[in-house]
Amino acid sequence: MAEDVKTPAPPPPPEGEKKPTAEKAIPPAQGAAVPSAAEKPPAPAAPKAPTAEKPGAPAAKPAAPAKPAGPVPMPWTSPMVEKYTSQYGSGLEAQTYLGQNYFSVDCSLIPDILRLLRDDDQFDYCVDITAVHYPKREKQFDVLWILYSFPRNERIRVKTQIADGASIPSSVSIWATANWLEREVYDMFGITFDGHPDLKRILLPDGWKGHPLRKDYGILQQDQEWVQINLGIESGQ
Amino acid sequence: MTENDVSSRGLSGLDQSRLDRSRLDQSRFDQSNLDLETPEKPYLDSNELIINMGPQHPATHGVLRVILKLDGEKVLGTECVIGYLHRGVEKIAENRTYAMFNPYVDRMDYVAAVSNGLGYCEAVEKLLNVEAPARAKYIRVILTELNRIASHQLWLGTHALDIGAMTPLFYTFRDREEILKIFERYCGARLTTHAFRIGGCQYETYAGFEKEVKNFLTFFAPKIDEYEALLTTNRIWLERTKNVGVISAADAIALGVTGPVLRASGVKWDLRKAQPYAAYADFDFEIPIGENGDTYDRYLVRMVEMRQSMRIIEQAVNGIPEGPIMGKVPKVIKPPVGEIYHSIEAPKGELGYFIVSDGSTQPYRIRVRPPSFVNLQALDIMVRGLLVADVVAVIGTLDIVLGEVDR
Repeated sequence: MAEDVKTPAPPPPPEGEKKPTAEKAIPPAQGAAVPSAAEKPPAPAAPKAPTAEKPGAPAAKPAAPAKPAGPVPMPWTSPMVEKYTSQYGSGLEAQTYLGQNYFSVDCSLIPDILRLLRDDDQFDYCVDITAVHYPKREKQFDVLWILYSFPRNERIRVKTQIADGASIPSSVSIWATANWLEREVYDMFGITFDGHPDLKRILLPDGWKGHPLRKDYGILQQDQEWVQINLGIESGQ
Repeated sequence: MTENDVSSRGLSGLDQSRLDRSRLDQSRFDQSNLDLETPEKPYLDSNELIINMGPQHPATHGVLRVILKLDGEKVLGTECVIGYLHRGVEKIAENRTYAMFNPYVDRMDYVAAVSNGLGYCEAVEKLLNVEAPARAKYIRVILTELNRIASHQLWLGTHALDIGAMTPLFYTFRDREEILKIFERYCGARLTTHAFRIGGCQYETYAGFEKEVKNFLTFFAPKIDEYEALLTTNRIWLERTKNVGVISAADAIALGVTGPVLRASGVKWDLRKAQPYAAYADFDFEIPIGENGDTYDRYLVRMVEMRQSMRIIEQAVNGIPEGPIMGKVPKVIKPPVGEIYHSIEAPKGELGYFIVSDGSTQPYRIRVRPPSFVNLQALDIMVRGLLVADVVAVIGTLDIVLGEVDR
């Protein structure tokens, strides 16, 4: 539990050294294969540094140089991909990592591509919609759709980046299951979906302030005001 | 419908502001692509009634609150209010190492903890690019399938109890005990087992494990017949489950419903066959499907699934290879930078883990794709036009675990 308490506090000085080493270690692996992929990996590494725990730190340094041996994202080619790249060009990038294929798509193309994937390429089952927060990045959020096609027995991911405060078109009209999944993304990250029939919190209470899966939301943080008013106790801790 | 209507119907004691916030707006249910239709004519009274079912209700299997919009006893629409068990599992994951998070996954779907652990361990193994040894895979399959039986037993007992048949509860809990004893002897825990580790299994099977599993199979085969004798042709059971909570295959797919609920609607899809994981490719088994997508078909599908699980266990326990049980996993688990999605066929449907690694010892993000959460969304279209008593049957047939819905 001692580790938890530290998390919301500002990063201790030794972590500062860790960040550059982590960043240096990654680009050789990623950058070699796909130049554009190099933009992304430093971002996940950087925000992690402040939250990294001390017990992990000694082991982290010697292990870092060994990492480039790991697999790297490779370009993904298939007739389907060619169709999309010829249609959308630079707004779309297809890659594969550990045998899993994904599209990185410009935010403006999202509604078109999702609809085409369902209508033309039979991705009839939307497995999941989720997001990842990278606070140090200009466009802070990755929003992901995990799709599956029953006829093709194939799974792909579509991901896009959006800025904090920006909204994204809802896909409820494409897959009805998106309703609750988008509500959960809104609840946890504060990302709004345009055209959602009923965008409100789903797991947290309606009056709650804050979005807990953002990286700046500490693990012990909570809406004290809500707890005091609604539960009649001083603190939920 | 106005506030006055509500108070005139004896609900004035309710906090008006809360009632107002949770009031059902008909437009909310306009999901035109689902071909939902509301009953044209009220048949008892022209006034609609809104009542709360739960969160403290014995038939909601935990703390699920369903707001029912009724016309007399006919359900016009529902809204689920969930989150009472929200513990922030995904946030906890970001503050734990990969190994430390492993026991937490057991606490989501706590009646199928072994499946949760299998999905998580395999997802991290994929990210690390290591594979569990063959012996570990077989042990995993045996325990996971035992757990599937245990989960279906608990579902059957509670579901039948909700509908009014009390005996199956005692039968299933009596027999489930035998599975829990095997778990207890294997890893010391009965419910939240933490049976597997990243890279394989922590424990070698105990002396007599195989014999005990085989004994269970011979013990259990007649027990399923016993359950079926109680229910399958029981007049009351048929009346309460046939054509109740029907969901078409198209609606089920659009709503992302998976597991036995999807299969009962006639979609022959099971991740153990479609994208085999662990050692499932080695075994011979059938995927049962239903025709009508009603509560009775879902009952039949799960009954057959228990028998198929026994087939898998039998093959696995007879063919269990010798060898190590732990793969080559570093002491400090630090997966390379990357993302992975891995899913398994849990007793309730597709259970997926999406893991983002930033190269450190802690996951940058773990997203759990919970089958119960997604399946619960189908409750609304399944109960429209039914009676209140059927809502209880449909909640039971969806086989949700609130620990997983809320995470």
